[in-house]
Amino acid sequence: MELHNIEKLVEKYLDATTTVTEEETLRNYFLNSNVAPHLKEYATMFQYFSIAKEEQFTKHVPLKPRKSNYKWLYIAAAAVLIFGIYFGNDYREQKQAEYVLNETEKAFNLIAKNLSKGTEKIAYLRKLEETTNKIYIND
Amino acid sequence: MKQTEFLNVVLPFKDKLFRLAKRLLVSTEEAEDATQEILLKLWSKNDRIKEYANVEAFAMTMTKNFCLDRLKSKQASNIKLVHSNYTDNNTSLQRQVEAQDSVNWVQKIMEDLPEQQKLTLQLRDVEQYDFDEIGKLLEMTPVAVRVALSRARKTVRKKLMEKHNYGIA
Repeated sequence: MELHNIEKLVEKYLDATTTVTEEETLRNYFLNSNVAPHLKEYATMFQYFSIAKEEQFTKHVPLKPRKSNYKWLYIAAAAVLIFGIYFGNDYREQKQAEYVLNETEKAFNLIAKNLSKGTEKIAYLRKLEETTNKIYIND
Repeated sequence: MKQTEFLNVVLPFKDKLFRLAKRLLVSTEEAEDATQEILLKLWSKNDRIKEYANVEAFAMTMTKNFCLDRLKSKQASNIKLVHSNYTDNNTSLQRQVEAQDSVNWVQKIMEDLPEQQKLTLQLRDVEQYDFDEIGKLLEMTPVAVRVALSRARKTVRKKLMEKHNYGIA
């Protein structure tokens, strides 16, 4: 690149009318070749800019996967609900059956009690018969 | 969006965010914190990230606003921990070192530029953004970007020439 051209570009550069590609040309000139003494400020500037561009962000950023946690929570909640309905139904049926059994047992007990009462009375009748028989025989 | 996917989106420009943050905040630690903050903010809305046409521009704008807020609150609470504060260029030895290390002068000169000039210079001469992109990022017209950039370049050159001349004289 001719010095004359570079000088022109530098003028444009100061007025900020250079394009990105023209600035690329300037950068290449100032970073690679022997720079004319009256332009050495620009060399310093471009050197600094290229050094500044090399700085990197090295800090570790802790990214927590927050979203997937919620997903698992949903799945767990749904599972608990389904199990609850399924086994809850069984449990309720069992309770109902137990209740019915109890009630029928009570009813049977009642009948049995009354029946035994009846037989007691029958035993009493037999005693009456015996005594009347005794009386008739004695006569 | 999965973590690896997110990292693939963010990886190409995370250094640019950091450099922008450092340009504004000066301190490396603060710039790291700011960049981390911005990346976490992006991650927290990662399900909407695909809707943004240009994630990089969006992240750069976020970084710029975040750092400017940071600077404002710092000024308000009167804390200035900027290492440009100590200027001790009395000894001749230091002058020699400075002359050799004139590249670092550019950084110090840039620290003293007004915010908009600082930002345009960073985005254009370090990151090679075009004027439209810079305009959108900084909410300026392309013409205003050009003016700010021209002023910034001229100032840096002028101050650099002064430094060089002091070094020789």
